[in-house]
Formats: sequence, structure tokens, C-alpha cells
Amino acid sequence: MGEVRILLDFEGQKGTHTLENYLKREGYKAAEKALKEMKPEDVIEEVKKSGLRGRGGAGFPTGMKWSFVPRDVDKPKYVVCNADEGEPGTFKDRVILANDPHKLIEGMIIAGYAIGANQGYIYIRGEYAREARILEEAIDEAYEKGYLGENIFGSGFTFNLAVHRGAGAYVCGEETALLNSIEGKKGQPRLRPPFPATVGLYQNPTIINNVETLSAVPWIIRNGGEEYAKIGTEKSKGTKLFSISGHVNKPGVYEAPLGMPLMEFIEKYAGGVIGKLKAVVPGGSSTPILTAEEAEKVNLDYESMQAAGTMLGSGAIIVMNDTVCIPKALSVLTRFYHHESCGQCTPCREGTGWLDKIMQRIMEGKGRKEDLDLLVSVASNMMGRTICPLADAAAMPVISYVKKFREEFEKFIELGKCPF
Amino acid sequence: MAQIAFSEKKLKEVERIKKKYPVERSAVMSVLYLAQDEFGYINDEVIEYVAELLNMAPTRVKEVATFYTMYNKKPVGKYHIQVCHNLTCTLMGAETIVEYIEKKLGITVGETTKDGLFTLSEVECLGACGTAPVMQVNDTYYEQLTPEKIDQILEELKKKSS
Repeated sequence: MGEVRILLDFEGQKGTHTLENYLKREGYKAAEKALKEMKPEDVIEEVKKSGLRGRGGAGFPTGMKWSFVPRDVDKPKYVVCNADEGEPGTFKDRVILANDPHKLIEGMIIAGYAIGANQGYIYIRGEYAREARILEEAIDEAYEKGYLGENIFGSGFTFNLAVHRGAGAYVCGEETALLNSIEGKKGQPRLRPPFPATVGLYQNPTIINNVETLSAVPWIIRNGGEEYAKIGTEKSKGTKLFSISGHVNKPGVYEAPLGMPLMEFIEKYAGGVIGKLKAVVPGGSSTPILTAEEAEKVNLDYESMQAAGTMLGSGAIIVMNDTVCIPKALSVLTRFYHHESCGQCTPCREGTGWLDKIMQRIMEGKGRKEDLDLLVSVASNMMGRTICPLADAAAMPVISYVKKFREEFEKFIELGKCPF
Repeated sequence: MAQIAFSEKKLKEVERIKKKYPVERSAVMSVLYLAQDEFGYINDEVIEYVAELLNMAPTRVKEVATFYTMYNKKPVGKYHIQVCHNLTCTLMGAETIVEYIEKKLGITVGETTKDGLFTLSEVECLGACGTAPVMQVNDTYYEQLTPEKIDQILEELKKKSS
């Protein structure tokens, strides 16, 4: 499309997961530059300058996250990559893992050097068995050529890397649950503070970054943070991967500069909407839904989405046309969040259960008029009252779907089935 | 002492896994996968064996085995069909796919065919929404599913097993 390709620069080629292919794309040049020519604090400074924000969903500034790791402690430190891609609608990290694992490995080496970590782990969701194998092979290749292990590029810096496979728990995408999972425990989130930057994996300083975030780092180091910051908007720098699915002609993963109008993206990249647009979930299943009218006005960046009362999230766009029954769509999500609540906090464990039960009874034609207010009330009481954001993730779709499509819900309850 | 044991090859694999971490317990998820591969599913005997291998209390292994959905706590068929029924897949027809497979195999979700070949499950988002509807059979993804494609896949799997 003529735009900068930072993450998907391999597109259109075959066998891009190999080291040989990656080296043709300036592979490991950034790690060499960082380790040989830069001080760790310069690396962090460069990432700060780039304005890169966490691409897993929360959008926290990456450079700042790295700078929270204490410099002068005599403890092992860790870099953990969150490849537990599980937010419904999201399938972008899988594209990097399968096609460009060395980019991620290089990003992790640089991150390790920046914070002084000698060990990294990639936590990959259990279902991505094929991608885990590709990663393992890439790691072996990198060890063989000396990009991993001791004294990388003769710099004296050591970095070891291993893959840890999850086993089917959405909550492990939450960073502290993920750490517990690596430690061999149930994947239940931890109370914060202390934050992982000081007390993380095995109680040691740890940074956790998403696959896409770490994969942007080599480009930033090669080209400079300022170059990266030229792309995008005032507060949303660079490019981002968007996973688009549902009723569009060309669903898939596309890289676009942040700030592009949502509808332009749908037209230009995804081939337009199939049928008449009804609603868009802009950033993964937990982000508040947008009506067709609202979708016309938002841009794909953090601030525009926030102003519209929703979130850029993981960049997972789910497009719904007018054949979609909104109450039915919501019932899928309430079931999902109920299933995935780890059970640790009462508002989430009980709340997701009630949301699910109420939605299932509406689906069975046994809904009551007062159920809609009850749904919103239960959801509102879950928000902000739990250790991790899973309760909020479950509550936000409920509140937004009911509020924006209330008439459709009322009709569904009245008729005991989808009104069209 | 557990009455079951890994092969020599698997025991070596356990040692290799342990080396990835500073603490043994971190190996539990990988070792449970190995155990599932070797013994078919995870029951109390398997849990006890894994606990012995990693110097863990059996209850610690059990809480991990039961927390994560990918460890089968009861026997499954040779081919475990797992159809995604999350949002995008539902929008793109996952329900029809599940109904079609149920009819074709004569089982409902959660059941195994009498010949022990197929178990049917519904699972949450598999991270392949761009090619929905999607299912996973054991470790392999099958995408953009249609009834015709299901026919083909089931036929191939049956052939492979005979």
C-alpha cells in the first residue's frame, strides 16, 4: 500500500521464518548496533523517543515501562514476551510468530540488554502449537549463530531465551497471571503494587511486553526513535497491526499507521463491509461496541477511541452487518467471560456468572423486562472492584451493547427470539 | 509411588525442560503435556507421577492440571475436534458447523464416538478469526470451514487411522 512496513516487511515472500531470510531484511543489525554501540540507557531513551506503546491492549508507553526496572540490584532480571494472544477477535501476533520469529527474538535481546536481563521467556498460548515449534526452531538457529547465548557480538552480554507453552486460559494474557503460570502455578493474577518491574518473575525485576511491541523494537533501534515518531498522531506513534474479522470482504491482519479513520481502513485494507454495517467492535471483544454511525467518526488511534468511549485495545476489529442479532452476540461474550474468570475475586466470579445466566435465559426466550437494568447494574458493580481487568473486560461489552441497542434487546425479550 | 512411568526418551525430555528454569516447578505445564501425550489424559495417578518427577505436592500439580482447559481430565478420542464458538466464529457460522459435525458423527458436544476416533468439543477463541469459522483437531488448525470441508477432513482422518 506504499506505506512504511515495520512489522509486516516480510509479506509477499515465502519461508520468511528462517534466519537466512531475516538476515536479508537487516536481521540482527539492530541488536548488533545496540550491544556494540549503545549504552543500555541509550536504548531505553531511543524507545522512549519513539513513543511506542504496548500493543497488547493497555497501550502503556514501552520505554517508560523499561525505565521502571531498577538498575543497580543484584538480582536476576527477566524479559517476558506475552504471546498468549487470546482476546477474541485478535490474531495478529500469530502472524509474526509464524512468519517472522527472529524479529521477536531480536526485540527481546535488545530489551534484555536495555534492562540488564540475561534470561527471556516467550509465553505462547497452548493452542499455537505450530507457532511454538517455529519459535523453538528459530531460537535454536539463533543459538547456533551466536545471536543468543553468551557474549553476543563479542559484547560480553549474555541472553538466553526459552518458550513456555500455556494451556488454554484467557486470564494468562494478564501479565501477573502469566508470571504465575510460568512459575508453575494456577494462572491467577497478583495484586499490584508491587509491579513486575520490581517484583516480577520469581520475585525478580521483570518486564512483560506483547509480541508486536517487541517486534517493533529492532526497527526503532535501526532507524531511530524520532523516525518512528514521525508516523502516526500526536499521542499514537508508529504503525500497528489490526486484525479485522467478521463481515468484511478481505478479513486478515494489516499494518497501518495509527490515526487512520476506521472506515477508511475497512475500505482500503479489508475490502469494505459485506452488506449494511450495523456495529463495530474496535479493539477486541472486551472493548465497548460502536454503532455504525459512531464507527464513521473514529480513527484508529488511542485518543480518538478514548474520546468515543471505547478503546483501541489489541487492534482487533470485529465488523457486524445488519444480519447480526446483537443480544445473541452479547450472549457469546458473557458465556466466554464466565468461562474464563479465574474465580479469585468475588465480583468477577459471581458477576460473570450472573451476566451469563441472565443472557442465557434471554436467549431461551425466558427474559424479563427488568433483566436489562439488572445486566447493567451487575456489570457496573463489577467494574474496578477486582485484582485484574477481566471483570471490566466482561462488563464493558454488556453495558455498551445494552445501552446502544436497547430497543433490540427489548424486542428480543418481548418476542422471546431475535426480532428479525 | 506411581505405577506408571515415562519412556527413557520422555525422561530425557523432562530433564531438558527443567533446565529452562531456575525452579523445577516451572516445568509442570510442559511435563503435563508430555504426560497427556504418553498416557492419553490426566488422572490422579498421572498427577502423582508428575508430582514425583518435579518434587511437588500432588495437590499443586492437580490445581494446575484442572485450572487449564487443554489438559484432558477424561479420555478423549484419537482425534479431538475443537470448534471455536467465540464471537467472530459465531458470526461466520460456527453453530452450523457444530450441528453438522454432531449429525455426521452421531454425537453431541462433549461426547466421543463409539469407535473412540472422535471427540467433539467447543472451545474459545483460537486466534484465527480472519479465517473463521475455525476448528482445531489435536494440534492442527482447519480454517474457513464449510460442510464440504468437514466431510473431507473427517474422511482424511478416518483414512489416516485405518
